[in-house]
Amino acid sequence: MPLLYSLAGIALFCIALRAVILATAPLRAILAVNVMSSGVFLVLVALARRTPGLMPDPVPHAMVITGIVVAVSATAMAIVLTQRLRAAAGTNTTEDAPRADP
Amino acid sequence: MNPVETGATWAIWLIVSPLAAALIAFLLPRVAAGIALVNAVFMTTAALALLDQVTEAPRCFALGGWGAPLGIDLYADTLSGVLLVVTSVVFLATLLYSRSYLARTAIGPLFWPISLFLHAALNALFLSADAFNLYVTLELLSLSAVALVALADETRAVAAALRYLLASIVASLAYLLGVALLYHATGVLDLAALAERVTWTPTTWAALGLMTAGLALKGALFPVHFWLPGAHSYAPSPVSALLSALVVKAPFYVLLRLWYAPFVGAPEVVANLLGLLGAVAIVWGSVQALRQERLKLLIAYSTVAQIGYLFLLFPLAQTRSALQGVTVFILGHALAKAAMFLAAGNIYQYLGHDRIRDLRRVARELPVTLAAFAVGGVCIMGLPPSGNFIGKWLLIEAAFEQGDWGWAVIIVAGGLLSAAYVFRVLGHAFTLGKKRAEGTGAPATMAWTAFGLALLALMLGLAAAPLIDIIGSPVAVAVAIAAVPAQ
Repeated sequence: MPLLYSLAGIALFCIALRAVILATAPLRAILAVNVMSSGVFLVLVALARRTPGLMPDPVPHAMVITGIVVAVSATAMAIVLTQRLRAAAGTNTTEDAPRADP
Repeated sequence: MNPVETGATWAIWLIVSPLAAALIAFLLPRVAAGIALVNAVFMTTAALALLDQVTEAPRCFALGGWGAPLGIDLYADTLSGVLLVVTSVVFLATLLYSRSYLARTAIGPLFWPISLFLHAALNALFLSADAFNLYVTLELLSLSAVALVALADETRAVAAALRYLLASIVASLAYLLGVALLYHATGVLDLAALAERVTWTPTTWAALGLMTAGLALKGALFPVHFWLPGAHSYAPSPVSALLSALVVKAPFYVLLRLWYAPFVGAPEVVANLLGLLGAVAIVWGSVQALRQERLKLLIAYSTVAQIGYLFLLFPLAQTRSALQGVTVFILGHALAKAAMFLAAGNIYQYLGHDRIRDLRRVARELPVTLAAFAVGGVCIMGLPPSGNFIGKWLLIEAAFEQGDWGWAVIIVAGGLLSAAYVFRVLGHAFTLGKKRAEGTGAPATMAWTAFGLALLALMLGLAAAPLIDIIGSPVAVAVAIAAVPAQ
């Protein structure tokens, strides 16, 4: 089971990495990096159960908590920068930009 | 056991003092500049004191009395010592410069607390020897660096800051996933303990790949340097100086630490790939620098090229002179590049632009500033007696020692290319032409801080012999981490 969850986490990481590379709009890229971080956290939590039947290792959980704090602050900062860009440019690049892929 | 206690105070102060100063500067904007300068002087003293201590033996400090496997240790050897010293010297000069610089711009007092956070993050990073602690310090560093870039209230600066932030989040996540896999494989995070337990399984391979890729993106190695030119050139000039001189070195430092401890047995092909990308970075960055129309963009592309030299370390990592050469090179580049960006800031404020083709008469009207740029440029070219010359010399020596003379060719070619772009700027600056309307020259502090840094970079070569002595060999760096007495 931990293996399945960690593979799912790695899959999320890869899908979101593709999205962030292809993103044309900042908001899309911000969402994508958040999905990426969820993937990493899923891997960390899944791998914490090292031995079946025993208590999970608390260290990766502590790492996830720290990671969440970092992700929240970075997201907040990215959103502030996006808003300042929109205010300055007067154009709405976050939502209305033409998109090539569906 | 004894040295552990005596050394602890300086290492702790190096982190606590800038953090405390940042909070005070944030709450009391009127005294912010004063606090920042007092802190910078104190940091220089503390870093020198710590370097003096670690020259005898590396130190480790168990925070809160918890030992390595459970708690997180701070760790310092001569490599971290010299980097801490150069960090505080560059900060001291840049902050002195910033007081006059900010008075002539619309950038608010937020510059002071954020730059203090940046200083705290850098110090903490150089004192960490724990894979996860390094992740946290890298994040603190990136967030403060991005905030500093965004202080320049121009659309292109904000756009560059956003691109920088996104690139650095992706890089950190790749690094963190690598840490997760490494922890799964070994059950430890401390670099020394990791070095003992790493075995080459597919999991370790994946961790090596993810962590290296993440750090290369954060450290702007070709071809993932795309975020650097914008962020470093559109930022306010003192910020550009801090970013180019210090911040880009931090991810490289982490990679170096990993390379000499847990990944010491990494396959040669990865090392050669990193070296090859470094070589392409040298050529590509220099050619791009030659083609730029704007002075600050030229200096930023020069940073892309100079980062390439650092990555030549990996294919040559087993020779003693390569590690010493790269260390001296980092110090020399930090001082010279900071001087060049500060000089560019003076020119920008004087002219109101930094178009290279319109630099005529600058040599006559801003003599000290241009001298700073020229001396900094001479160091970047790698002419003696600069630290960069010694650094390149040692790298070439390492290349010959190992029989890979191809790296030596790249090092020499990069020097010639950098001479071309530096002389292009000097050529325009020395051109006589129509006089401009009377402008005010750069304030003395702004001109002389830039010149002082350039002079230090030039003189570094004269101090290189004792410096090389204390840096020691690759084996010493790896063994030192493991040999520090556990609590």
